[in-house]
Amino acid sequence: MEYIAIVIGAIFVNNVVLAQFWGICPFLGVSSRVSTAIGMGAAVTLVMTVSSVLLYLLQYFVLVPFEMEYMQTIVFILVIAALVQMIEFIIKKTSPSLYRALGIFLPLITTNCAVLGVALAMTMKGYGLIPSVLYSAGSGIGFALALVLFAGLRERLALNCVPAAMKGVPIALVTAGILAMAFMGFSGLV
Amino acid sequence: MKRLDTLLKGIVRENPIFVLVLGMCPTLGTTSSAFAGMSMGLATLFVLVFSNVGISLVKDFIPSKVRIPAYIVLIASIVTALQMLIQAYLPDVYEKLGIFIPLIVVNCIVLGRAEAFASKNSTADSALDAIGIGVGFTMALTLLGSVREVLGGGTIFGMRLYGGYDILGFVLAPGAFIALAYIMAIFNRAAAKSKRAKTEQAASKEM
Repeated sequence: MEYIAIVIGAIFVNNVVLAQFWGICPFLGVSSRVSTAIGMGAAVTLVMTVSSVLLYLLQYFVLVPFEMEYMQTIVFILVIAALVQMIEFIIKKTSPSLYRALGIFLPLITTNCAVLGVALAMTMKGYGLIPSVLYSAGSGIGFALALVLFAGLRERLALNCVPAAMKGVPIALVTAGILAMAFMGFSGLV
Repeated sequence: MKRLDTLLKGIVRENPIFVLVLGMCPTLGTTSSAFAGMSMGLATLFVLVFSNVGISLVKDFIPSKVRIPAYIVLIASIVTALQMLIQAYLPDVYEKLGIFIPLIVVNCIVLGRAEAFASKNSTADSALDAIGIGVGFTMALTLLGSVREVLGGGTIFGMRLYGGYDILGFVLAPGAFIALAYIMAIFNRAAAKSKRAKTEQAASKEM
């Protein structure tokens, strides 16, 4: 039962982008078209879920027993970087069109605050293995959800008259703010 | 003159937040108060300077293929050292910034400057670039933090300015997005005006 609470919490209540402010750079950069947003969201969810298993095992079987918790940041980011390289390779082989569509944003998943943030948060919360995986997968789905919603809104926004100073990033940020307000309605759900 | 330009361009002309739109995560996440924003900016400045200098010192020894992972390891080490220093000497700052300190590693600005500048320029220039961008970042964060703190609670750096007109929304998530949007719009407007004034000046000179 608490597993469902973790997943719902990760997707809606503590949405990675709209409540915790991680993953804003790709959020603003990849969200101009819904199709690219879906691909990016799926890629990030995959990276988060796989990395959660690897990093959980690393944390509790290597770092803690050898009292090397201070190496956490360095080790985590290296594992994430290696994983992203691998996933980039897999996507290139299985779906070249998606690879082209995502472009430079695929290797940039390494520097996505959300991936490292979720990994660090999961160790800070002291979750077991299954809750960690659920938390990471849920966070990825929440990121994808926010990204796709935002892309849909932006596609409409591009067709409207916006004052010159607000064009581009400012009006997108206001839209994100209103979306964040909407998601605040989920607080207290779990 | 070129040195001074390297130092100053990061503050206004190439301000990382308002112009380059990089480093958004800490910008929105740590600016619920002016003090937190300023602390985050200074922490990032610290990492920027050391990483830029470090990378420009070792740039000739790192093979091009592994340069990004190498830069990441260097930056992660500096951030880990900073995290331990802050945890030891500034515990209330550590409480306020929390998980955003290790997230400096994935701050697009740090890796971006390392890749775009420090790997191609001398140590002195890299240091100046880092200081410029870091100061620009700190100023932007402090500004956003101040706006959010004043509108959200009527205080600034903990000093009460007025009471009873708190707009809680600004301290919470949506307010961050909206406050940043309008500050950016004002910045854009000012930049566009000064650019127009400069081109008009140049045109009238030619006439």
